[in-house]
Amino acid sequence: MKYEVLINGHSHQIELERADKGYEATVDGEAFTLDVAMTARDVLSIIHDGRNYEAKREYSLLGETHIIVGSERFLAEVRDPRSLRSRRAAAGQEAGPAKILAPMPGKIVRIITFEGNEVEAGQGLVVVEAMKMQNEIKATKKGKVTKIAVKENSAVNAGDLLCIVE
Amino acid sequence: MFKRILIANRGEIAVRVIRACREMGIESVAVYSDVDRRALHVRKADFCEYLGPAQASESYLNIPKILEAARHSGAEAIHPGYGFLSENAKFARACREAGIVFIGPSPESMEMMGSKTKARQNMKKANVPFVPGTDTGLKNAEEALAVAETIGYPVMLKASAGGGGKGMRMVTSSKELASALEATRSEAQRSFGDSEVYIEKFIESPRHVEMQIFGDTHGNVIYLAERECSVQRRHQKVLEEAPCSFVDPDMRRRMGEVAVQVGKAANYVNAGTVEFLVDAKKNFYFLEMNTRLQVEHPVTEMVTGIDLVQLQFRVAAGEPLPIKQEDIVLRGHAIELRVYAEDPDNNFFPSPGRITRLISPSGPGIRRDSGMYEGWVVPLDYDPLLAKLIAYGENRTQVINRLRRALVEYFIGGIKTNISLFRRILLHPDFQAGRVDTGFLDRLLKEPVQGDARTARRMPIVALAAAIFAQQPAPGAQPARNADGLHSATPRTAVSTDNGELKPSGWKTAARTEGVR
Repeated sequence: MKYEVLINGHSHQIELERADKGYEATVDGEAFTLDVAMTARDVLSIIHDGRNYEAKREYSLLGETHIIVGSERFLAEVRDPRSLRSRRAAAGQEAGPAKILAPMPGKIVRIITFEGNEVEAGQGLVVVEAMKMQNEIKATKKGKVTKIAVKENSAVNAGDLLCIVE
Repeated sequence: MFKRILIANRGEIAVRVIRACREMGIESVAVYSDVDRRALHVRKADFCEYLGPAQASESYLNIPKILEAARHSGAEAIHPGYGFLSENAKFARACREAGIVFIGPSPESMEMMGSKTKARQNMKKANVPFVPGTDTGLKNAEEALAVAETIGYPVMLKASAGGGGKGMRMVTSSKELASALEATRSEAQRSFGDSEVYIEKFIESPRHVEMQIFGDTHGNVIYLAERECSVQRRHQKVLEEAPCSFVDPDMRRRMGEVAVQVGKAANYVNAGTVEFLVDAKKNFYFLEMNTRLQVEHPVTEMVTGIDLVQLQFRVAAGEPLPIKQEDIVLRGHAIELRVYAEDPDNNFFPSPGRITRLISPSGPGIRRDSGMYEGWVVPLDYDPLLAKLIAYGENRTQVINRLRRALVEYFIGGIKTNISLFRRILLHPDFQAGRVDTGFLDRLLKEPVQGDARTARRMPIVALAAAIFAQQPAPGAQPARNADGLHSATPRTAVSTDNGELKPSGWKTAARTEGVR
């Protein structure tokens, strides 16, 4: 199986084949023989060249995959090169309107922008309260606020649309 | 001794108090709100009383409901934990009137320490040192200049009605003072509707050091050494240690004696903490008194060998303190890390949600006071403290190394926590040298994150792990068993970790990590 894997935004070409105790693989052309054991759900023990690694997987509230090795966390995205759909989806992220999503469940305590407002990247849009803390959700790009999808005092879930900047 | 105690709290502190109950053969009563039915403290208690909806005002802050729960369960005493009703004099008084023992100080002591101006007047009588300055409003610029001259620059102008860092202005020389006073006054008038401004000496890079005291109903008050709590973010403590490496035995004795004077002036009974600001020349100034058990009490327990919660029970039951001041001997060093459900990579946003995986550290010198378990959903209604990781060792260096080791073992999946931040703190040369002040963490957070030397070596392994995981079903899905051909170290019949079911493995794992301790 061939994969394109993005680790913290850097692309790596992976070839992965099952072998006796785990996998024969290449990463960007370099060969690896791995002894792999799934010790628990989302926890892999990987032995490579006698050195032991424990890799853990988890998902952020927004659905991103994180891989933790040692106590370091890496943002990972796996693309199957045969799948056009994933490539199209990836391309859609970069241009066009930016959807501002709630990073955690909570309550909208204040809306500090308005539809039609021109905002800078990093400018506060909405204040969400969760766990006794008020958190300002900021614009991810410069542009015009074209839609505000929430009302003050309403509850939101993680990943809910708050507003659109384009 | 009491037969049954109600714990008017939740989370890790409720679990902590329940453990003390069990060790002393006391029955425990947990209380819970709608969102806490499955919380760890409810699972661990002998009796449980339902309070009401998630909002604290309808549950953990609701005095009539808690008193009714105590009456219904037959509890003779209430432990308030920290936060919620722990420093509420009205609650302590209501307990007294209902014939229930409040495990803490009297409402009179709480009221006296709760009001800043009252506390200040009483403490002045007891010769407690304050930050030099005026405690009443300045009349005019001439008075400000005269006071600043005697206490020395830099000085701080503070609005009497201010707080939380607002309405304050630092002045470094006499030239700026008059205009700064005018500006602070008008700002105070605009923000607080009160233009009164007082002046205080500005303490450069202060440390926050606090002294644990304990009083009994027989007039004895002792101190149990200090805790260093300078590592803070937005006035929220993140890491605490005992003893403070900056405090020498003579300073400890002087601070302890002042803290005992504060306690005696307030007729203080039970556990309390006297907070001080400490400057670079080892001068210390009274800040305030916390009339409750502190979050960070475990570090004091580790270095003194005294169980503070059990001592609270004994004192509340009327027993005299079983120890004298001269019996208190400090041994070793302890550091506590507060594990919060917040994302250090994203503005410390809170991160409630389901804990899909929990791997807890153990081994030499590690204590974990936790309110979570695998499979539990962290509610968004309460504060984000999940657990405290405490390490004990012969000396500070050993403790730092133990914590670094324990952090590699610690894994909380499904939600974000501040665990990665601790690694940065523990590796920081200033922290390792004990050079901390209340600005330390803000400075650290502004520094760029240092890439680990091992990062490059790990990169291909991380990429491979991501691809291998991509062949595994996502959580919640029902995979074909071992269809991937990997050899599993866990027998299928044991903890069901490979079938995507959260609950059975959650209960078993929690029972293993939490119950068998």
